[in-house]
Amino acid sequence: MTDKSPLSIHDLPNSYIGRSVPRPNTRRLAEGRGAFTDDLTLARMAHVAFVRSPHAHAEIKSIDVSPAEKSPGVIRIVAGEEMARHCTPWVGVLTHLKGLKSAPQYALAVGRVRWQGEPVVAVVARTRAAAEDAAALVEVSYEPLEPVVDMETALDPSTPVLHPELGDNLAFERIVDAGDVDAAFAEADFVADEVLHFGRHTGVTLEPRVLVADYNPGAGKLTVHMSTQAPHMMKNIFATHTGIDEDDVRVICKDVGGSFGIKIHTYPDDMAAVALSVMLKRPVKFVADRLESFVSDIHARDHRVKAKIAVRGGRITAIEIDDLTGIGPYSVYPRTSAVECNQVLNLVGGPYDFANYRAVGRVVLQNKNIMCQYRAVGHPVAFGVTEALVDSAARAADMDPAELRRNSLVPDDAYPYTGASGIRFEALSHQKSFEKMLQLMDYEGLRAEQARLRENGVYRGIGLAAMIEVTNPSPMFYGVGGAHISARDGVTIRLDPTGGVTCATGVTEQGQGTEAMIAQIAASAIGVPLEKVRVVTGDTETTPYGGGTWASRGAGIAGEAALQAGRALRGNILAVAAAMLQAEADTLDIRNAAVVDTDSGSERITLADLGKTVYFRGNELPDGVSPELVATRHYSPRQYPFAFTNGVQACWLEVDPDSGFVQLLDFWVVEDCGTVINPQLVDEQIRGGVVQGIGAALYEHCLYDDQGNMRNATMADYLVPMATEMPDITIEHLETPTAESVLGAKGVGEAGTAGAPAAVFNAINDAIGVLGGKITAIPATPESILKALGKV
Amino acid sequence: MTPSREISVTVNGERVTVRVEPRKSLVDFLREDIGLTGSHVGCEQGVCGACTVRLNGAIVRGCLTLAVQADGAEVWTIEGVSDSGEIAALQQAFLARNALQCGFCTPAMLLTAAALLKENPAPTRPEIREYLSGNFCRCTGYQAIVDAVESAASDMTGAGS
Repeated sequence: MTDKSPLSIHDLPNSYIGRSVPRPNTRRLAEGRGAFTDDLTLARMAHVAFVRSPHAHAEIKSIDVSPAEKSPGVIRIVAGEEMARHCTPWVGVLTHLKGLKSAPQYALAVGRVRWQGEPVVAVVARTRAAAEDAAALVEVSYEPLEPVVDMETALDPSTPVLHPELGDNLAFERIVDAGDVDAAFAEADFVADEVLHFGRHTGVTLEPRVLVADYNPGAGKLTVHMSTQAPHMMKNIFATHTGIDEDDVRVICKDVGGSFGIKIHTYPDDMAAVALSVMLKRPVKFVADRLESFVSDIHARDHRVKAKIAVRGGRITAIEIDDLTGIGPYSVYPRTSAVECNQVLNLVGGPYDFANYRAVGRVVLQNKNIMCQYRAVGHPVAFGVTEALVDSAARAADMDPAELRRNSLVPDDAYPYTGASGIRFEALSHQKSFEKMLQLMDYEGLRAEQARLRENGVYRGIGLAAMIEVTNPSPMFYGVGGAHISARDGVTIRLDPTGGVTCATGVTEQGQGTEAMIAQIAASAIGVPLEKVRVVTGDTETTPYGGGTWASRGAGIAGEAALQAGRALRGNILAVAAAMLQAEADTLDIRNAAVVDTDSGSERITLADLGKTVYFRGNELPDGVSPELVATRHYSPRQYPFAFTNGVQACWLEVDPDSGFVQLLDFWVVEDCGTVINPQLVDEQIRGGVVQGIGAALYEHCLYDDQGNMRNATMADYLVPMATEMPDITIEHLETPTAESVLGAKGVGEAGTAGAPAAVFNAINDAIGVLGGKITAIPATPESILKALGKV
Repeated sequence: MTPSREISVTVNGERVTVRVEPRKSLVDFLREDIGLTGSHVGCEQGVCGACTVRLNGAIVRGCLTLAVQADGAEVWTIEGVSDSGEIAALQQAFLARNALQCGFCTPAMLLTAAALLKENPAPTRPEIREYLSGNFCRCTGYQAIVDAVESAASDMTGAGS
């Protein structure tokens, strides 16, 4: 018997895998016909505005709402104690992050406020303007307390404790000690050390957080229309804290105007808005304005890392770090605010082959805005530290920094490999990626050009950054610690009598191209043209239960589910076709939406005709045939906690030593994210990610004064990358598929952001080192560069 | 509260007469009073550019313009220029190049790009980057947008290969 094994997903005649097909949902967005949550208006919809704390730390002495209640259009004004009766508090801890502690957080502050921007009073009115008018009339009297602002002194005995019941301000501590670090440093040829600061920044989604909560007491149902990344997780959280049966809660998420990890957390104002809808038995809309976004959307980073590296025989032999991070007054629920520090400890040194690693991570509470997972959680800090150390060590050893990397990267033939921190790698391509990068950027040529230009007083720098990225998270990320966050995702695919195919999935679309990716895989797996496929996302009532889109999991996890569901549906279709056509199923194939003879390719029946027979004229089917023109499959990685990807990024820039300005001249990425499904979408994820990383490196910074007030909470004062400052970014790929899935795809959503800050940081120091300058913090502002050069 | 005032505005070729509060911004009027939700609100202080609309032929910030200032004026929004086909080539270039991800900045980005191409039918890449710098995009990193505008310009001027 000849081998009838089906062609693989990659070489089917009509495979869309690896092809840059356009996204199905972009035309309506480009025509202004999107469906963003703020575009939604419901009958009897009210609007909520919040009175927020102007203090970082204070006792609430009294709240007077009587003048506000008389303001036109006011429906209801609610403060903390009353709200707590309708929305129970939450605590952001997970059991696998041992020792992590936090305090109950309320939807509206009760008794004490702990950050500037914390919601204190909710004002519901007929319009947002009326709600804001009334909010301005609410009188809250505070007794200011000493704020805990500086994370460096948060643990001092003289520093006030934010939550007295916790005993101190230490939320989490972790220690890693692998190999013999002391011996490695003692035996080192060269040692270099650094103290590095990674500024606090935030996501600045262009669409602010927004929801419309719609409680219908007649139906006993709560529907929340929301701009979110994780509808099923939010459904669980709304149910848990409002007391409504989880099965009666529906979360609908249509277009999302940027997320980047901002729209995946439990925010007190969101919770209050939902509770208010239940209390008032009518729809309530909450849209954060930009000022509210800056002081209430999660912030990220804000790490101080003391780090040390040992080199012996031209290779890295040991790294030691001490990471301190301030997370605001609460660990954010349900993902917790210990994860970034935890990731830093896991990822430092990740691309390199060395055995001796010691790390201390401490996460402290303070009176600043809450902090939690934002795009590339921990990665920019980990590789910022690692790559700064590698460049420092190369300088100490008088080696070319490319040479030290080349000598130290985990060899391509070393897999499976366990890193010094204990992280496990299935298969990566550091060496091949690195050599490809040196060629792509013409490293030798750039070095020569750099030397030539220096003679003319032009200071250019090259920054290299090797990196890895956590993608395809397994249940070990959150579920194992008790969070109701699905690591599995599913896809249901059905064939209609039109011949059309509809896929419903628990992963969500925020512009990455989730829907295009699912459609490409489903079309390929079944054997239909892409135009026949529709994708439904963002509705807990109509999509399979799943985790949503975060941690670069859409393509690797839901993509595999789509492949398996598509194959299952294909099998179902072929079984029906075989019965109808009196043929053996294994002699038939599906191509271009028709069942064909595998060998000759001749058409036997179109899928539309097959569907019409099944649905409308089932009497024509042979006895015993029970067609199922729908299939669902779920997938969750099990063998490895994460599917790591790897890559190298490089930056070429010029520093003006008189002004401190940095001009980005070129940027390159070599990325290995396994099987590439849509090259254009992958590249655009990388480019967008790189630019967010450049933002962190050069511009973005949440600045606080010594009283815990955010000083630059407007878009005019908080700088984000603009078109004119950004370079074109050249991208090349290697493909090392994960063997854990048939599809072999890993994630790519965060790679750009993970590596870019390190590349820019190293390039700046490479440019100004010859002038005796050295920066130690990002964002690297012109002022900080001039200070580094001793000019101011 | 200041009493509302009646205004008449020709929006996308259609005359609309409504009463608005004098403090209401043009973009809020478009979104809330006449249901044109394609113009977006990002910062309400004229920085991000997401609310860009065309007022009497020139692009303006819909959040820094009051609705009452548009009394008697002609306003075009993304919905109007899409239906008329006026920016179809630009939109097609954006789709082909995946020059939009979440799509929140896109309507305003397109109106701004259209204004650029009207002023300068064959802009260089730095000129495109400079002109679009008043419109923030957090998703794309801008390169795809610059590519799309460049390609649309080249198609429209017949200079493309």
